[in-house]
Amino acid sequence: MISLAGRDILHAWGKFVLTGIGLGLLIGVTLTMAGVYRGMVDDANVLLDNSGADLWVVQKDTQGPYAESSSLYDDTYRSILGISGVARVANVTYLTMQVSQIGDGKARDVRAMVVGIPPDGAGHPGQPGYLVEGRRLTRGHFEAVADIASGFALGDRIRIRRNEYTVVGLTRRMVSSGGDPMVFIPLKDAQEAQFLKDNDAIRAQRARTAQSPALNRPGVPGLLDAVIASQSTNTSVNAVLVQIEPGTDPEAVAEPIRRWKHLSVYTRMQMQSILIEKLIATAAKQIAMFLVILAIVSAAIVAFIIYTLTMGKIREIAVLKLIGTTNRTIAGMILQQAVALGLIGFVVGKVAATFWAPVFPKYVLLEPGDAVRGFVVVIVICVLASVLAIRAALKVDPAEAIGG
Amino acid sequence: MDKNRSDPSARGIRIEGLTKRYGHGDTAVDALKGVNMVVAPGEVVGLVGPSGSGKSTLLKCLGAIIEPTSGRMVLGQDVIYDNGWKISDLRALRRDKIGFVFQAPYLIPFLDVTDNVALLPMLAGVPNAEARQRAMALLTALDVQHRAKAMPSQLSGGEQQRVAIARGLVNRPPVILADEPTAPLDSERALAVIRILNQMAKQFDTAIIVVTHDEKIIPTFKRIYHIRDGVTHEEAGEGRGTN
Repeated sequence: MISLAGRDILHAWGKFVLTGIGLGLLIGVTLTMAGVYRGMVDDANVLLDNSGADLWVVQKDTQGPYAESSSLYDDTYRSILGISGVARVANVTYLTMQVSQIGDGKARDVRAMVVGIPPDGAGHPGQPGYLVEGRRLTRGHFEAVADIASGFALGDRIRIRRNEYTVVGLTRRMVSSGGDPMVFIPLKDAQEAQFLKDNDAIRAQRARTAQSPALNRPGVPGLLDAVIASQSTNTSVNAVLVQIEPGTDPEAVAEPIRRWKHLSVYTRMQMQSILIEKLIATAAKQIAMFLVILAIVSAAIVAFIIYTLTMGKIREIAVLKLIGTTNRTIAGMILQQAVALGLIGFVVGKVAATFWAPVFPKYVLLEPGDAVRGFVVVIVICVLASVLAIRAALKVDPAEAIGG
Repeated sequence: MDKNRSDPSARGIRIEGLTKRYGHGDTAVDALKGVNMVVAPGEVVGLVGPSGSGKSTLLKCLGAIIEPTSGRMVLGQDVIYDNGWKISDLRALRRDKIGFVFQAPYLIPFLDVTDNVALLPMLAGVPNAEARQRAMALLTALDVQHRAKAMPSQLSGGEQQRVAIARGLVNRPPVILADEPTAPLDSERALAVIRILNQMAKQFDTAIIVVTHDEKIIPTFKRIYHIRDGVTHEEAGEGRGTN
């Protein structure tokens, strides 16, 4: 038996291909939306992987350092280091901000997550991994290691708040949960950048402190200087990253920190849950809503096209029915056309998504599993969308082929 | 089929007291009021009548498209209707036992000429190669074999009608119902179509009923059924120009 659907498609291939391309671009957008969600999840996982931590110690009753702000004294790490099962610890600060590149003809702003880390060696928690060019931070001040997604190159000069830094190393896939590239700078500089005020504010604060009778008491020499000194320096970090001894239960280490240090501690699983279920939950819901809308629009387009194509063949369908073609054959013809349209659309969509994903401003992760699921959904949508046309075709009276 | 062809009594159509009523009660309309008709194998008869006389209703009843109200229809030796359908699969009946030729050819636009003709046997389960062979033989008999690979849109009106006739004949049905097959054609081509129908009727022992009000072809029939107000009257025709 010849394929009626195939012959019809070949007969009007131009119309079919153009419709398929239109549908394909829509499917490409749908696959990209799914890829954006996957990219966000992957960014979150990469952020956790790259931190090199097993535990995140943060301010009590906060979900920091990524989902909420958290502030700890920077000497907290000493007491954590003494807890059984802890291998390495590191203070760390995170601040998402605009980083300015300076230099002749190079001035531009980049949205980045500035990470303050102690200039320890490789393998310490918080250190940048995947160094693709240059070296790690070795000095205590004014050096930076940047992710290549920032567009910075070795030797570039960048400004963070009041200080200028030289890019000495480049990393890859070091991004925040929002996809912003990371810029690593020495911890002390990062603390300043995060908490230090500008000169005018410092002068105003000193004046206010000097005028306060409580902080500038007559007969207590040195008090004012001590207060001003404490106001001018910053001893806070956002989190302490902890690596535990191999084979140690993370909860067994976390529990005494929670109990005795009055801090919140999150394991890798808990932090993953915070990032994925809370931090990107709203974005995920938005994307899910877009996916539903795009699926409905795709279904409507396929239904409309197939219905229109079928209505254009009413007389032929009446003739087919009159000469003895079964309803099954006619329904099969329409169904095959709908599925063929879906196939063309899916192939175009997959190719389009693959081509535009790398230039998408956000990280798009196209997973084979999503493509398979997308394919199944497209076929199901096409099958459902053909129902309307099939119903119309089956209602055609064979007598329509005969005049009178 | 071949067995049927060797037995002429197994082909042809006989209609006895066929009635068709549309609607119920006071609004009921009797479109057919006891139609009698016999068409022998190899014979082409005309069915003529004015608009609203019941021609199309009779054609639809004969074509198993609508159900008559009462009467009897015998196709070859098979009683297909006797105050109710005696055949459960009317679609298969139409496909295997009745050929249709329409006013417009209504060829399937996305199939070439060969496949337009071969589609019917394929639907009946005949292997593609054999169906195409059968189609080609008919196209040759109708002198359109040179357009076998053409699409319907590339054919002239006369060629399209000949392909439509080939489609009606391809399953070698005992009866062919032709609904105004010459309406869109000029006199010369109209007569050519009637000549072809006569040739095919003889060649395949097929009973052919031609519904028409085309004055130029009415003289070609040897027998004519006039239908008026749902009743048929048989009369002898001139039988001119069909050989």
